[in-house]
Amino acid sequence: MIDFENVSITYGDSPRPVLDDVSVHVPEGELCLVVGSTGSGKSTLLGAVNGLVPHFTGGTVSGHVRIAGRDTRDHPPRELADIVGVVGQNPAATFVADTVEDELAWTMESLAVAPDVMRRRVEDVLDLLGLADLRARSVTSLSGGQAQRVAIGAVLTANPRVLVLDEPTSALDPAAAEDVLAAVHRLVHDLGLTVLMAEHRLERVVQHADTLLWLPGDGTLERDTPRRIMQRTTSTPPIVTLARAAGWDPLPLTVRDARAPARELRDRLPAEPVAADAAPLGSAVATAQALTVRYGPLTALREITLSVRAGEIVALMGRNGAGKSTLLGALCGLVRPSAGTVRLGGTDPRQLRGRDLTRHVGVVPQQPGDLLYGDTVAEECRTADRETGAVPGTAAAVLRRLAGPVEPDLHPRDLSEGQRLCLALAVVLTARPPLLLLDEPTRGLDYPAKVRLVTTLRELAAEGHAVVLATHDVELAAEASVRTVVLADGDVVADGASRAVVTQSPVFAPQIAKVLAPLPYLTVADVLRSAPELIP
Amino acid sequence: MRATPRLLHPAAWWLWALALAYSSMRTNDPLLLLTIAAVAAVVVGARRGRAPWARAYGLLLRLALLTVVVTVLLQVVLGARYPGHTLFTLPAVPLPSWLGGLSLGGPITGEAVLNAFVSGLRLAVLITCFGAANALAHPARLTRILPAALYEVGVAVVVAMTFVPQLAESLVRVRSAQRLRGRAISGLRGIRGVAVPVLEEALERAIALAASMDSRGYGRRAHLPSTTRRLSGAGVLIGLGAAVVGTYQVISASGGNRIAVMLLCGGTGLAAVAGFVAGRRVRRTRYRPDPWRGPEWLVVCCGGVVALTYVLTVHDELTLGVPYAWPTLRLVPFLATLIGALPAVATPDVPSATPRVAKPALA
Repeated sequence: MIDFENVSITYGDSPRPVLDDVSVHVPEGELCLVVGSTGSGKSTLLGAVNGLVPHFTGGTVSGHVRIAGRDTRDHPPRELADIVGVVGQNPAATFVADTVEDELAWTMESLAVAPDVMRRRVEDVLDLLGLADLRARSVTSLSGGQAQRVAIGAVLTANPRVLVLDEPTSALDPAAAEDVLAAVHRLVHDLGLTVLMAEHRLERVVQHADTLLWLPGDGTLERDTPRRIMQRTTSTPPIVTLARAAGWDPLPLTVRDARAPARELRDRLPAEPVAADAAPLGSAVATAQALTVRYGPLTALREITLSVRAGEIVALMGRNGAGKSTLLGALCGLVRPSAGTVRLGGTDPRQLRGRDLTRHVGVVPQQPGDLLYGDTVAEECRTADRETGAVPGTAAAVLRRLAGPVEPDLHPRDLSEGQRLCLALAVVLTARPPLLLLDEPTRGLDYPAKVRLVTTLRELAAEGHAVVLATHDVELAAEASVRTVVLADGDVVADGASRAVVTQSPVFAPQIAKVLAPLPYLTVADVLRSAPELIP
Repeated sequence: MRATPRLLHPAAWWLWALALAYSSMRTNDPLLLLTIAAVAAVVVGARRGRAPWARAYGLLLRLALLTVVVTVLLQVVLGARYPGHTLFTLPAVPLPSWLGGLSLGGPITGEAVLNAFVSGLRLAVLITCFGAANALAHPARLTRILPAALYEVGVAVVVAMTFVPQLAESLVRVRSAQRLRGRAISGLRGIRGVAVPVLEEALERAIALAASMDSRGYGRRAHLPSTTRRLSGAGVLIGLGAAVVGTYQVISASGGNRIAVMLLCGGTGLAAVAGFVAGRRVRRTRYRPDPWRGPEWLVVCCGGVVALTYVLTVHDELTLGVPYAWPTLRLVPFLATLIGALPAVATPDVPSATPRVAKPALA
């Protein structure tokens, strides 16, 4: 179905091709997952499938890419729209019509499909993706998971034979991600669609994949079964990391597969894991007292009482719209409480401005780029030093510690997601705020970048910073946090030690907890620390 | 028997609003103007869609009110002096004669205030008519009935319109982010700090949207010889231009003449023919086209009755001022205007949709 024949792709005057003499064949009806670290060429590979690379992005392509026999050399993306459906990383930004139903029909209108066929296909797709209740809704009112499914539906109505998905679940909470993946699974199994999907969150998708396309980052590409690739890559979900450490064969990819070989491990592990060295807790740096926030008729937070102490890493979890971002906003003074109080070391954050605010609280928003506006990394660091009154060179030193060497002349927008996050974090940390708030920090981060982030957060906590991170990423929460607060519909439904909260919930439990249940182990590190002799 | 709820054809509402707007342009009688605004408001209240854009009506109403207030204030402070009944006297500042009769301060007459009020009101009624059309039928729905030749222009306009709320959203986000960095948001550097990320994001969004539209088959065309293509393009432009000039001549105060009518008809005809030829290039179909049935005719006829009555019975001398007296109600145009409110009850109800819940976002 998808054929790459000696394909090399080079952008601009870059000396090194992104893909170097790649030949691969993806047969019809296969769910094929593209894996590789950031910058290894995943998006380029996906873009080449429908000719967006090079017709839209520029760059030089040699060799041939053929989809169902059509060569992208002679067919621009619009001429492939009836064969390949492409859904980008941020589907909400790519909607054209104003209601769900019109959005679903838009592609077919461009392809001049007959009206009666259009009518039928829209109904089919509404049912297939569970969108029937949303048909009259405005596309701007959809939640993340709904928007993703509408975007898939909008290309599906054209009856394509190949579906290309770029990070379909990265921005979604676990339940919404399940919805989207279930829909994709049905498309592959019931309709025989060929799906090519890139995703960083392997723990969510790897068990659905028939084959993996692995981009090691040197321009080559390998196609093999998930087990064989997972045996060798550096980026692996926790189950695979544990299985590889324990030498289980065949390699399990799902919790169910891992339960059986883990039985012996469960029998021999100590009942209580040896805890990691947690930072000693200091005094409270932030408190919320009966905090209520209302937006018009909507109550976003209902009488929340919470305090965060120095040295503590708190994971804030809950589905989209549960009030996580609002709580962070209230803690840093952006959101005005309707009732109740917020205090940062005795002061109301709403009263703080300028340098006083940055010295009390540092915030890294969902899009770290919002904080940055310098033309180069070096300029950004200098500005941060000047604005916070720090010794010149402080921000640059923090950045080096967080991210290693970063080219100082690069524009912040040209950094990888992980590097940009580190730059924003460095800028914020230059003021040495006692409280650090992060909103969805792992969006677009690969596993190595996530490991570095966890290490960084731990070090910051050890230095006495309090960290609150709002996240959907259960693995990150398990690795980094000592305390978990679960919000639902504006209420705190659970607040306690991460180990206790997370193991009690099927939604928020990390993979290792599910494999080793009922033992309260959360991460591979827990296992290694508690029983180094059990892992060969 | 109640009709099944549905949205009416957008063109019906826009023609109806156009008729009301045209009527308002023929009069400077404050009573009639206020009646027209009230009629529009009644219909909007009864038949506006449940989608977010319909809420822009309230915003436009406020803008209309502001127009009236500003016009009156400007007249009081800066306007040309009218002789008549002095209400009060402001200290006068003599202005040089080359400013063309403008004056600052001086005696303020009731006539001056009344005339400023009426001219402000005419503009305000025009705004409310536009707001009504926008609330009753989103302009995006209008693109669905555009002829094929203009379809792509229409999509560009609609996409540009969706960028405005998105721009506002990212502006709010970036501003809060700047505040979190402890940075002043005012001043030249502050503006740069906000504008650069917002514009970068808008650009990235535009590129992502263009890529997605291209992948979804937008801009597929059938082949036409290039001379035909160029000729038809030029034909559409020239024809529309001539039609616009003709329309202006016909409705302007100077009155219609034969050349204007010929320009209008000839231009429209040329544009239609050229548009048809160009439209053969665009291959697309329409999903669930809005039907045009009885209620649509009713809406258009109600608008037509209002406009026709004004053409026949209202001959206000717009260039002369309004007499300084309590206006008498002219019964015929007043009753005709009320007919314009008929669609509020005589058309099918709008289908209900789930309301939009605003999602707050941090920074």
